Amino acid sequence: MSEIAAPAALEPAELERLREIARRIRVEIVRTVDHARAGHLGGPLSAADMLAVLYFHTLRIRPDEPDWPDRDRLILSKGHSSVGLYAAMALRGYFPLEEMATFDAVGSRLQGHPDMLRLPGLDMSTGSLGMGISAGVGMALGARLGGRDLRTYVILGDGECQEGEVWEAAMVGARYRLDNLVAIVDHNRLQQFGWVASAAPERIPHPPEAPGELVAKWSAFGWRVMEVDGHDIAALVRTFEAAARPDGRPVAVIAHTTKGKGVSFMENRYYWHTRAITPEDFAQAMRDLGEDAPDAVEGAR
Amino acid sequence: MTLPMGRAQREIFGETLTEMARTDPRIVVLDADLGSSTKGDIFEKAHPERYLQMGIAEQNMLGVAAGISTMGFVPYISTFVSFAVVRPLDQVRVLIAQTMANVKITGGYAGLFTGQAGKTHQIVDDVSIMRAMPNMVVVSPCDDTEAREVLRWSITYDGPVYIRLMRDATQRLFDDGYAFRFGEVVTVREGRDVTLVSTGAQTARVVDAADILAADGIDAHVIHVPTIKPLDVDAIVAAAERTGEVITIEEHSIIGGLGGAVAETLSERRPTRVRRIGLPDIFTESGTNAALLDLYGLSAPRVAEQVSALLRRA
Ligand SMILES: Cc1ncc(C[n+]2csc(CCOP(=O)(O)OP(=O)(O)O)c2C)c(N)n1
Repeated sequence: MSEIAAPAALEPAELERLREIARRIRVEIVRTVDHARAGHLGGPLSAADMLAVLYFHTLRIRPDEPDWPDRDRLILSKGHSSVGLYAAMALRGYFPLEEMATFDAVGSRLQGHPDMLRLPGLDMSTGSLGMGISAGVGMALGARLGGRDLRTYVILGDGECQEGEVWEAAMVGARYRLDNLVAIVDHNRLQQFGWVASAAPERIPHPPEAPGELVAKWSAFGWRVMEVDGHDIAALVRTFEAAARPDGRPVAVIAHTTKGKGVSFMENRYYWHTRAITPEDFAQAMRDLGEDAPDAVEGAR
Repeated sequence: MTLPMGRAQREIFGETLTEMARTDPRIVVLDADLGSSTKGDIFEKAHPERYLQMGIAEQNMLGVAAGISTMGFVPYISTFVSFAVVRPLDQVRVLIAQTMANVKITGGYAGLFTGQAGKTHQIVDDVSIMRAMPNMVVVSPCDDTEAREVLRWSITYDGPVYIRLMRDATQRLFDDGYAFRFGEVVTVREGRDVTLVSTGAQTARVVDAADILAADGIDAHVIHVPTIKPLDVDAIVAAAERTGEVITIEEHSIIGGLGGAVAETLSERRPTRVRRIGLPDIFTESGTNAALLDLYGLSAPRVAEQVSALLRRA
């Protein structure tokens, strides 16, 4: 029911470059949230690798010409992970990295949830879950009608897929055979609060999620479904390449991920969805992410 | 004398968009399975490739509208107002109003006339909701002539517009020479005793009511407010100054609609007593159009009756 992209060679240097970018995105996420004393951690960290691959390898974009009409579109439907998106965009050159320090603050272009009227290069405002995929269907339809050869990528949360609107969009996307549309589900198996697990105090995402449930749902809606380890950079590259070969169906990439990935004490802990960081946590996070410890402690003020 | 019936605004919707789309390739219609009711079907016949059937999934439809607008198309929505405004309200707010998307929320079936469908389909709080939404423009045309002119104007405005269209034939107030001017009121009758302010199809019934009142010796000044937001504040103030007595009449809730807008404006700019005729704080019921207008006090004779009662009470 689902495909796994065949292995293909990725230049070791390119692999190394993308890994380093993903690491830097994670560092920026933690630094920025720590500095703003607000924002999300678990969701952005789980999406960091896909953001690195998309912004630095897959997307056909021109950061110095953000409104280029033929650019690929990217919608962060799980808009609460904005800080990860901003980190990727800053590193890619859309705006200076120092601007990350304004995140969440009054007057900032980096609003708590993405605002396309403020930040050039941002293709859609999001923040109310379930909507980005509809906007993505609209962009894919518009690209088709306007004769533009571009692809639209939408990143969704797995919890977000509980929204009925996602399946309305899935229905229409398949009906119009939008093979220029790629939905990427960040399948980290946690959401904000979710349901109590049998081993309380842990919490689980779906009322005991059936294995393969997401794959089965997207397939049943007529989508071509691919599965990938969402932290395996080379596999992400291959999967997005395969997804770009049209076969008449929109593509759903189910990316198996770990919420909080890269920061030891945040991994798989639902309560790190959003939470204030102590100076000790910050230092530990920086060590986990390979930043110099002294620097880290100093950064924690 | 009563004003003659014109054509149904929904037919004007289908025909006008079809004609506009002949010369404007940006126009698309998104339908949620109601083209046979909204008369979107006229557009589908002429421009099948630009008629995008979204199925019975309105939240997604409004989101698709936002997305396709970023690709240079101008989507017009085809579904009942209840399902274009209230069902997908968060999509309208977040993806359309907050982004200043060039989306036109249209479709019809605003107010009481829904072919006897009743409470779920009737909507009399849409103006209050849309008027309170930042970035949203609200236009409520009176008749077929004005509906056509408003639709033609809407493509020239770059941003979200809610056009409050009706299902059925409405009385014709304006002839073919009428030119809609966005953001301006229209004085449809000059008078000295009381200022009647109305919008949408109700204006025609108010004009008829003014004739009845004239026979009773009451000389009403009538202004029609097609653009409810942004409101023509100066004109409202001037019309209030003229008689010192203002009554609003609308086929809509008296809470937050035209009556609310006029009262807010006058209490700040020129304190004047404003009394509101419209739907009280209730959900409405099904019935024929004539029976509903009578029941809710919106027919010309019932409006005249209420206006003279209010003036007697002074
Ligand atoms: C419509 C809507 N309902 C609720 C929220 C609040 N909210 C923000 S994030 C979140 C959990 C999202 O979980 P998931 O989609 O799995 O994202 P991730 O775990 O990757 O962060 C919730 C409920 C929201 N932003 N939008």
